[in-house]
Amino acid sequence: MKLSLGEKLVTYLVLVIFAAFALVPLLGVVITAVSPSSSTSGFRMPESIELGNFVEAWNRGHFAQYIGSSLIVTVTVIVVTTVLSVMAGFAFARLRFFGSNIVFFVLLAGLLLPAEAFIIPLYFNLRSAHVTDSYWALILPQIAQSLAFGIFWMRNQFMSFPGEVIEAARLDGATDLRTLWQIIVPPSIPSIMTMCLLVAMWTWNEFLIPLVMVTQDNLRTAPLGLAFFQGQHATDYSLLAAAGIIIAAPIVVLYFFLQKRFISGMLDGISSR
Amino acid sequence: MTVTTRLRSGETRTAGVAPGRTRRRRVDSLKAFLYVAPALAFSLIFLIVPTLQTAWYSLYDWNGLSAATWAGVQNYIDIVQDEQLRDSFMHVGVLVVFYSFLPIAIALLLTMVISRAHALRGMSFFRTVLFLPQVIASVVIATTWLAIYSPNGLLNTLLRAIGLDSLTHVWLGDFNTALVSVGFVGTWLNVGLCLVLFLSGVGNVQPELFEAARLDGASGLQEFFGITLPALRGQITVALTLTVVSSLKTFDLVYITTRGGPGNSTSVPAFEAYNRAFNSGQVGSAASVAVVLTIGILLITALIGRLQPKDTE
Repeated sequence: MKLSLGEKLVTYLVLVIFAAFALVPLLGVVITAVSPSSSTSGFRMPESIELGNFVEAWNRGHFAQYIGSSLIVTVTVIVVTTVLSVMAGFAFARLRFFGSNIVFFVLLAGLLLPAEAFIIPLYFNLRSAHVTDSYWALILPQIAQSLAFGIFWMRNQFMSFPGEVIEAARLDGATDLRTLWQIIVPPSIPSIMTMCLLVAMWTWNEFLIPLVMVTQDNLRTAPLGLAFFQGQHATDYSLLAAAGIIIAAPIVVLYFFLQKRFISGMLDGISSR
Repeated sequence: MTVTTRLRSGETRTAGVAPGRTRRRRVDSLKAFLYVAPALAFSLIFLIVPTLQTAWYSLYDWNGLSAATWAGVQNYIDIVQDEQLRDSFMHVGVLVVFYSFLPIAIALLLTMVISRAHALRGMSFFRTVLFLPQVIASVVIATTWLAIYSPNGLLNTLLRAIGLDSLTHVWLGDFNTALVSVGFVGTWLNVGLCLVLFLSGVGNVQPELFEAARLDGASGLQEFFGITLPALRGQITVALTLTVVSSLKTFDLVYITTRGGPGNSTSVPAFEAYNRAFNSGQVGSAASVAVVLTIGILLITALIGRLQPKDTE
């Protein structure tokens, strides 16, 4: 259907206004980050662009260390979540077993529960097990949270996999495990990638679990590091903005390259609950 | 979501059950269970059991160190009687308006104006920009708005630039503006999300429907209420669930920007639960807040889910 010129103009105008609404605060951060560092003067357009804030924030804020922690946690969570989600998703979609409904219901609960529901006793449990203040305290609970989503995601994916192909593999004598990894997984890679991206984003951005679970400086993840950095440099907005950009950058760059996967993944993943 | 149950292999062949077959099925069932066992263990140890423990904790007085004493439902009575806790739940009501109702209303209004935007050139660029706030770490969003609301920040600078000096505020430090300022960040976050959702929903409507309506001389308003709005029911329920739940869970933003202050004016249940459990040694009270919050979230999710049209996806 053709849109009249007037309609097109109005549409573009509305889109531009709201895109600006979304962008202005973020552009403000970028401009602040490249402005000369100062705590007294307010927001204004800089006369010269300075990248020194990034270097200073990186050094003063120990961000090399924090980003290292975030990488260790995020990569481990992604790998374990992917393997276990593929296995469990396959079982729910393609195998029959006693109690599958109850198990599925338990995992469904994991998807709906907010972190507040379990974080308090979880902290005390892990403290009694002497696991707090370690990467495990950051990794294990986040695997549990990510699995709830991953299993649903993979189950939906595997249910739409053509049954004849699986049947043919079985008739050829392939075991379930072989059928899964050699027949079903390779064509499902795009959907597995989308799941990995979403888990990466949620884990990288997570704040409450690191806040509760670790006190040692060297275990802090990037968002937690920023929160502490903000406590120390409360009004040095140039430095804070630079630090914020450093932390948001990895996920934002991924998003710009793979925006379709992020958007469809988040919207489908959520609406299929 | 449509859940299709397909015939699995073996299902058709078990009509005449031989003794060997039942044993094999039992072995198969055990094998299949092994596929889900690790995930189940994670869920039980780190999510389900601690959630049940939260309910148990909520019946005690405990400072996190010494022995706990039985408190019965006193912690729950306190939620109603203690002004600080009662307020924190009231504040969520305000946040729901900013996080959910406002963005959905604005996005619907925009969808009415630009209902065929999905067909335009450049839409994927706009979609990317509108959705961008969703992928940025909440801590970064919070420090960003902290700077914007600061005395010499972007907002006050803009107000001064257009001669509205009298409107400048210490936005997050003023009892009257702090909660609204926190809420507005939610509006900013969620407008783009709702708009992207609704525009993709309109994109699924067959163009012939709009064309037919035009030929019949329908006005833009009639088109919206006759075609667009009914087609968006699924998306609206998704947007409601997402945004209402995110407003109930608000924590990171409050922790970074105000820590519940000034006074008690921006405290929310998630922050109270955290603060009581890990800072002020009121673990039982914190657990009772967490229980009420969790039940609230589950109830609202279930209620909104019932609005979801069953015939469509």
